Amino acid sequence: MARAAVSGGLKVRRTWRPAVVLERRQETPSASTLSLDVPGWTGHLAGQHVDIRLTAPDGYQAARSYSLAAPEDGDRIEITVQAVPDGEVSTYLVGDAQSGDSVEVRGPVGGWFVWRPESSGPVLLVAGGSGVVPLMAMIRSRDRVSQAPFRLIYSVREPKDRIYDHELRRRAAEDGGLDVTFVYTRAAPDGETRPVGRISLDDLVSHSWPAEVEPTCYVCGPTGFVEAVADLLIFMGHDPTKIKTERFGPSGP
Amino acid sequence: MDTRTTAAYDGNALAGPLSEVFAVEVTTAVGRCRGCGTSSEVATFQVYGPDPGLVGRCPGCENVLLRVVRTPDSLWLDLSGMSALRVLMPANSAAESDE
Amino acid sequence: MGIISRGFRGRRRDSTRQLPPGQYLTKDFPVLSAGPTPRVPLDTWEFAVTTELGDSHRWSWTELMALPAESITVDIHCVTRWSKLDTDWRGVSIDTLLADVETEADFAMVHSYGGYTTNLPLEDLLDGHAWVAYQYDGEDLPSAHGGPARMLVPHLYFWKSAKWVRGIELMLQDSPGFWEQLGYHDYGDPWREQRYQGD
Repeated sequence: MARAAVSGGLKVRRTWRPAVVLERRQETPSASTLSLDVPGWTGHLAGQHVDIRLTAPDGYQAARSYSLAAPEDGDRIEITVQAVPDGEVSTYLVGDAQSGDSVEVRGPVGGWFVWRPESSGPVLLVAGGSGVVPLMAMIRSRDRVSQAPFRLIYSVREPKDRIYDHELRRRAAEDGGLDVTFVYTRAAPDGETRPVGRISLDDLVSHSWPAEVEPTCYVCGPTGFVEAVADLLIFMGHDPTKIKTERFGPSGP
Repeated sequence: MDTRTTAAYDGNALAGPLSEVFAVEVTTAVGRCRGCGTSSEVATFQVYGPDPGLVGRCPGCENVLLRVVRTPDSLWLDLSGMSALRVLMPANSAAESDE
Repeated sequence: MGIISRGFRGRRRDSTRQLPPGQYLTKDFPVLSAGPTPRVPLDTWEFAVTTELGDSHRWSWTELMALPAESITVDIHCVTRWSKLDTDWRGVSIDTLLADVETEADFAMVHSYGGYTTNLPLEDLLDGHAWVAYQYDGEDLPSAHGGPARMLVPHLYFWKSAKWVRGIELMLQDSPGFWEQLGYHDYGDPWREQRYQGD
């Protein structure tokens, strides 16, 4: 129950709202998408995120941020959660949460790291691991409403870690305006010609656009990844004001 | 030895906590560093935390620009590291009404 | 109070040893920070005790290493709720560092490289309660955990054990440090659960 008033008759700004898990579906061995029903949801932009709060019976609370994975759809939102070793919230959401369970949601927040379908210019998306989630929201938002050329470079450790693998391949095959390239840092699929290793200048030169094209660049993933990619993009001559970054925190072990 | 230490987060991580007290979007706000005079969008702040609190530092000089602590009954906010914070308030937007 | 999520328990909080209220036992050693890790070359490192009159007593790294040191095993409790039992440290007792310091001050502000500060009563630094620690678990203190040297004040929440310590400023009146200015408790006794101002 939201507290409505504090001294002086001022209303406390209500931020946490109830949400119900509709379904949980596995994306990779360690990541799952949850769709949630959030009554009264007023919409969001691709790139924004929500905070999810869990409360235990003894009152203990924990909250974490997750990017919205899908475009606006009435009261329904989707988040894709990567389980983190010993993560108290992610392991619950990926491993326990069931249809009908309640959580609390705050948001949507984060209006800087967003892509609006009205923007027509080319877009470069560079994802590290679960950093693909907000970028996938952008790709899904673009669907049928925008012709803006999109290029996604998605860095993962190995093939089983590719979130949205089938959907990304299908979209890239069906839509000439969307290019998807996977970069593998630990193990590559058979037939892959690129040597396994971290994303490099070569990868960006081969699979993004030259600076003269002036794409808007969105880079998301673990901090080290984001810093490295942003530095490479600047080195390539991309305008720093057209590079938007979102750090997901330190890289995992 | 680290050749470079870097903040784990950026100002996007301030969006949720500050949404409790800011009626409008904060990550697009621009803060001017009291230390070096650089103006930066909140989303680009170098952010440490979230425990025991959020600390947003200048991307130019690493000076503390803002700090946020959430306690059971309060939100503590220190903006003194900025000589100014410009929050975008487009003419045709209205603050979300309280429910 | 939030809406309860079925099946969510959060971190395990039971332990065979008694922990302060609201704490859970951790096996790892979380690193929390308010800023970048300072890098302090040992040839320029200095620890300074400054009295309320402005008199200062200084030790270089070499001088610190020449002081009598102790090996201690203590429990540590972080305000973010993790506790770590039986942690091994080596360091110089603050009693040794303050032995020749004349002061009327009742309070201290601990200063760190990088600008962090934390305040506490002077008596909580004395009588075997605090050290400048430079080894953890038998090894040189890693920079992520406050190396080359940090304050160690285990009877208070661990934010009082300032990393990258550079000195103690003695004060006649109490004054809040970095986190105390933002709502954390001026004293911070884990057994009375003094996490925030007003607790």
